[in-house]
Amino acid sequence: MKIGVVVFPGSNCDHDCQHVFRDVLGQSVEMIWHKETFLAGLDAIVVPGGFSYGDYLRTGAIARFSPVMGAVKEFAKKGGLVIGICNGFQILLEAGLLPGAMLRNRSLHFICKDVYVRVENAATPFTSACKPGQVLKIPIAHAEGNYYTDPVTLAGLQANAQVVFRYCTADGEVTPEANPNGSLDNIAGIRNAEGNVLGMMPHPERCAEDMLGNEDGRIIFLSMIDSLKKATSPLSGVGS
Amino acid sequence: MKAKIHVTLKQGILDPQGKAIEHALDSLGFKNAANVRVGKYMEVDVNETDKAKADAQVKSMCEKLLANTIIEEYRYELSA
Repeated sequence: MKIGVVVFPGSNCDHDCQHVFRDVLGQSVEMIWHKETFLAGLDAIVVPGGFSYGDYLRTGAIARFSPVMGAVKEFAKKGGLVIGICNGFQILLEAGLLPGAMLRNRSLHFICKDVYVRVENAATPFTSACKPGQVLKIPIAHAEGNYYTDPVTLAGLQANAQVVFRYCTADGEVTPEANPNGSLDNIAGIRNAEGNVLGMMPHPERCAEDMLGNEDGRIIFLSMIDSLKKATSPLSGVGS
Repeated sequence: MKAKIHVTLKQGILDPQGKAIEHALDSLGFKNAANVRVGKYMEVDVNETDKAKADAQVKSMCEKLLANTIIEEYRYELSA
């Protein structure tokens, strides 16, 4: 199985994702420089966290026009698994692969701390190893994680079980106090309508091994690997 | 032509920076200051003499990149 990790100028969680997939979970990983336009033999793509292009203009706004994003879009359109984490989520929003946009955190602070999220949909390729309603402790580290979308889109997300993670208390209660950034409906992660693209603000790659004192994040990557094992061969080349 | 472009959060969308500034103004004694909205200001030289063409280009720039129309609105002036 081969996982592609996209590297933009300013990505800084790319090597953490590589480490988890390669060293912790024993998969082969290919780092994809943002200037690549053709991707082949990949089973899944990670759009990692960081500060792509210095977050200039808006988070993800410049990265979405990177040469590689055409191939990532095509990969997603063909049903390939794409996970965007933190800045990766912001890029997927700007690219239109997921609906909505990110506002500055309600507090205006950059927030870096462990939070709890509840798995609202355990029937996705990213959460299939989770129990429905399972609570995961995963750190966030962002200044723009205040998810926003219009009421019609929000209703659609809710109706189609596209809200995959919501911020909650340690006991799994979704409360206003458990919402760190002001996100609509406590949204911490969503998937697209087709189910093969996920965006999440928390960083599962930062808590995927026992040595780090928390391995709650590992289940996301395990779910992806399990789902891919059940699927057929990798997608043929995309891009040009 | 020169385009002077303003991008702000749409009305009705919480502007946390605007709120923080509003509170600061209030504590400075500007009790009649309200509804502070923070935005971005950009200037772009467009190598185009035809105003209609320049206008179409700047509009396209705003739609594609300069503003995220899910959360932001934009306006601009063009001058020679």
